[in-house]
Formats: sequence, structure tokens, C-alpha cells
Amino acid sequence: MATLLRSVRTESGKTRQEAGEPQATSAPVAERPGKTTMITAMDIAPNDPLAAYFCSTPSVVEIEKLHLDSPALTALRQSGVKLIVPLVAQGELIGLLNLGPRMSEQEFTSEDRGLLNNLAVQAAPAVRVAQLVYQQQLEVQERERIEQELRVAHLIQQTLLPKELPALEGWRVAAYYQPARAVGGDFYDFVYLSDGRLGLVVGDVTDKGVPAALVMATTRSILRAAAQRMDSPSPVLEHTNDMLCPDIPSNMFVTCLYAILDPRTGLLRYANAGHDLPYRRTSTGVEEMRATGMPLGLMPGMTYEEREVTLGPDDSILFYSDGLVEAHNAQKEMFGFPRLRRLMGNHPGGEAMIDYLLDHLKGFTGPDWEQEDDTTLVVLQRMPPAPPPSERGRGAGVGVLADFSLPSEPGNEREAVRRVVAAVGDRLPAARLEKLKTAVAEAAMNAIEHGNKNQPDVPVDIQVTTRDESLIVRITDRGGLPVPEPTPPDLEAKLAGRQSPRGWGLFLIEKMVDEMRVSGDAVHHTLELIMHLKGEEHGRATA
Amino acid sequence: MAAQLLEASVRRADGLAIIDLRGDIDGTTEETLNAAYAEAASTRPAAIALNFGGVEYINSTGIALIVGVLAQARKAKLPISTFGLSEHYKEIFQITRLSDFMHIYANEADAVGKTSNAKAQRD
Repeated sequence: MATLLRSVRTESGKTRQEAGEPQATSAPVAERPGKTTMITAMDIAPNDPLAAYFCSTPSVVEIEKLHLDSPALTALRQSGVKLIVPLVAQGELIGLLNLGPRMSEQEFTSEDRGLLNNLAVQAAPAVRVAQLVYQQQLEVQERERIEQELRVAHLIQQTLLPKELPALEGWRVAAYYQPARAVGGDFYDFVYLSDGRLGLVVGDVTDKGVPAALVMATTRSILRAAAQRMDSPSPVLEHTNDMLCPDIPSNMFVTCLYAILDPRTGLLRYANAGHDLPYRRTSTGVEEMRATGMPLGLMPGMTYEEREVTLGPDDSILFYSDGLVEAHNAQKEMFGFPRLRRLMGNHPGGEAMIDYLLDHLKGFTGPDWEQEDDTTLVVLQRMPPAPPPSERGRGAGVGVLADFSLPSEPGNEREAVRRVVAAVGDRLPAARLEKLKTAVAEAAMNAIEHGNKNQPDVPVDIQVTTRDESLIVRITDRGGLPVPEPTPPDLEAKLAGRQSPRGWGLFLIEKMVDEMRVSGDAVHHTLELIMHLKGEEHGRATA
Repeated sequence: MAAQLLEASVRRADGLAIIDLRGDIDGTTEETLNAAYAEAASTRPAAIALNFGGVEYINSTGIALIVGVLAQARKAKLPISTFGLSEHYKEIFQITRLSDFMHIYANEADAVGKTSNAKAQRD
């Protein structure tokens, strides 16, 4: 007696019947003196009555005694099977031991059948365990394959993203890229053109994983080559589209915005192949930069509208991917364009805007959010012209002197003071600088302790600017508005124990600076400390 | 602007107990400041003077601690004065009205001299 066992397939958590798969049966080897026949393993269809029969009657049976309208039974008969030993574990038929006639040509005895029944009882669970182990191995292999694919996709993207940001005099470029776990097809790129202009690319490939990464790599290469040969964004996108179309898989396309900046004039020309519209933030508001065009790779021969805009001092442009605007919160609400636009209007712009938007995204989605798609943010800011040395300290010009964020850890107010002092330089006389230092320290302490509740991962944003002959320090926390009105400190009440000895912070800040303004929204609270730069005579009397 | 932990030591000059302060006065210094005040008060001086000559940073929490020391001194009817304050912190003592309750002397000699004169007048 010899038996071949065919591997049995099941789906995790389902019986084979539920999974709709045929049941496998062991194939017999009919042994006769001088003649051995090997029968190919066979499957039993889930609806074959033989399966139901053995589930209800799990014991050895002679095939001749079975009278079922079963294709499997017919096949077994034709194979020369005489005796069937069902292997049933936990009420599930997992296989059959099929025996041909005995070599002695005698009938199987009741002792034989008893032995085979005992064997089946012991073999069935062992076979089941083997099946489960095999199935688990397959799942592990599949998971490893997926992980490996993700690693490859991630590697392709990381390799092709810019290693450095452009350093252009009078401009600041900042970028943020965070792939989703499944690695989407986001990309951004900077192309350095021979005449000093800078090409900026932001794109998103539909699909995820290695296929998206490969299409991203191809798009980037085609676009880079075209950008060096062609003078304006529209033909670059047209050419890229035409080159992509023949080879891109039919279910994929690429949204892509390509812009060319002339850093000397601030002129930015751009064309858009179906990508999210960038926003331009100026002192008067936030506007969409609209230009029409179909995504790349859908059909050849497309044309792309070309537009241009000139960036003024302090203007910022945000390029981004849908990972930001299409993020959902627990209530399935979308972050959305209106929110993005409103937030940009509340922020002075520049590099710090990236952290500002990401903080809002984090606040919107909540702490348990699993990032749905890649998130890419690129900010281009035109810096204000630096005032000539002769005018420094007199407040000429408009500009950002510093823009940074600090973790909300006690003691970081000192770092805030250090960096503000470094940014202010000699714009303030020593005595007024001391006042500003005290005001900044107190405002930063309030932001860290009261606004951000000493949570290190919640940043305090600090921006130092000059505008209209004033030096402005903005300190923003995530405490939101409204802020409770503090009780004005009364020293006699404090000495008499009728008032807490504390509560001097805001009082001191107000006394130290020429003007103090409070702004914000439900999430943010900004304290604006203003020192006039015209001279001591314009400063506020503080005695 | 690195933090400098406060150190305080107490010495006598005539009837005056002088608390020499070196470092920053902020939320971390409560224990040091109160211990120094207790030590100074235990010598039963005619008055206490806070020497701020070695202090470069006082924040609002530090101001609150100084208010606390002042409150203790007033309760014990111990006159308290200061010297060695920078112009910036003199102004803050004026803004907060601390200077109404603790005289600000320009230097130690003035503080010691005035205390001696007052003591002599009382004696």
C-alpha cells in the first residue's frame, strides 16, 4: 500500500468549501505484483456529494459500497481505488487516503479497516498542522515579498528626490516629503537651467509601490532632458506627455506641475498637467495659480496652457500633493482646499509654513492617523532685499530676519532669546534689546507652558521680521484662542497673600515692548511683539 | 543664553545680612533663594540686602520668588533692600513696584551705610 498526498490549499479563516476551492484528495498507487500504477492527484469539487458524505461519516469505506452521484467517486473508481480512508480534522475533510487492491488479491479485513481508521484519526490532525504551517509559510513569503517591494519603491523614490535644496540669492526654497506606508508616486525635482533660471517640478503618479516609482523615475528623466532643451514649461510638458504615452501602463497617469523661475526678476512661468493648483501667498491674500492641462500619459498630442506670475518680496508659493488636501480625519472629513487656503492666509509664509501646515494636518487627522498617501510640500519664497548697511537699525526695508520652531520644553525660552538676539543684531540699542529679550523670554515661556502644555513635539514658531520701520517678533503656540484674560498683578495684594505671587509674564511683556498684539484662531495663538526702530524717542516710555 | 544655576551665600556686614546671588533667578531657584533667606533671617540682622551683582537673568517666575521673599521679610518686619541690579532690572523692579517695598541701592557700601545709620538712629 502506498499513497501520494497532494498538497491541500485553503484560505485563511475559511474552509475550502467557503473558499470555493476544490478539495484535494490523495491519489492511489495501485500495487500489484510486477505492476505499479501512479495516479495523478485529483481535486474534489466543493459541491461533490462525496465531501459531504465523508464529513458526516468519517470512517474507512469500500468504494463499491458507495452509491453517490459523485464525479470524484467515478474518477476514484476508474483509478482502481478499492478502499477510501477519509482524513477529517475538526469536522473538515482535508484529504483521502486511497488504497488499491491488496497485493495478495485478498479482501481488506475488518482488522485492516480498524488499523486504517486508527491511522486516519492520528494522521488527519498531523496533516492539518502541516497544511497550516505550509499556509503560514506562504503568507510570510507573501508579506516579505510585499515589504521588499515597498523597500524597492521607497529606495527608487529616495534616490531620485533632490539631495539638496536650491541656494538662490534672494530666495528660499524648502521641501517636505513623507511617503505613505504603501509608497505612492509623489515626486518633486529642481532643474538647474544654464541661464541661471530654476525649474521646479512637483508631480504625482497614480498607483503605488514599484510600478508608480518606476513611472515616476521615467517621467522625471524625460522631463529633466526636455527642460534642458526647451525654453518654457508648456512644451516641456507636451514633450514629456508624448514620450510617456506609448509606454505608460493603461491604468496609470501622472499629474505634474512644471514652473521656471527667473530669480533675477521674480518671474515664474508655469504649466500644469492636472496637478493640484499651487497657491501664492502675498501681503494681500492667497490666490490659486491656475493653468489648465490634462495629466501626462493619458493621450498624446496634448497642449498645456502656460501662465506667469511675478513674485514680490516676501511672496511665497506653495506646491503640494493631494496627500495633504485629501487627508481624512476620523469623521471622514477631508482636509480640503479651503482649509489649506485659509491656513496659508493666516501664516506669514516662508519655510515655517511647512511646519505650520503639517501641525494643522496632525491636529486635523488626530494622533492615530495612518497616512493615506504621500505628502509633498515645496515652498518657494522671495526674500525681501537686505537693507544696505547704512540703513540697518533704522528699519528700512521689509524682511524676514529669522524663522524657526522650537520644541515646547521648559528652558527653551533661552534658545528663543538667543536666536532672536542673533537675528536682531544691532538694529536695537542695548537697553531696548534687553527689553525685547525679557519680552521674548516671557512670551516663549507662556507659549511653551500654557499654550503648548510643555509637549515637546508641539512646536513654538518664532518669526522675526522688519516691516515699516518696526521690528516684529511673532511667537505662535498651539493653544488657540480665546486666551483667558489674566488678572493684572497687584504687588500689595500679592504681599498680603490675596493674590498669587506669580502672574507677571504678560504684564512684563506689555511693559517691555512698544506694541503687543494678539491674534490666532481656534488652534493657534500668536503674540506679536513690536519694537519701533526709529529711535529711542519713539519708544514707549516704560518707567 | 545658557542657564546658570543660582548660587546664594549669606554674609554679615555690620547689622546687615547680605545674600550674594550668582546665576539666574527663575523657576528652578526657589529652594536656593528661600534657604538663603532663612539663613540670613536666622542671624537676626537689622536688615537684609539682596546682592544682584552676579545675576544676569530674572524672569517672571523669578520675580514671583522675590515677591515671596519680600512677603516673608515683611511678615518678620525685616527691612529688605537690594544692590547690584542692572539698569534693566532696576526698571523691572520699578515697573513691578518691587522698588516701593525694597530700596534699590547703587552698591553695597550705600546699602551697608544706610542700614548702619538707621540702626544707629534707632539705638
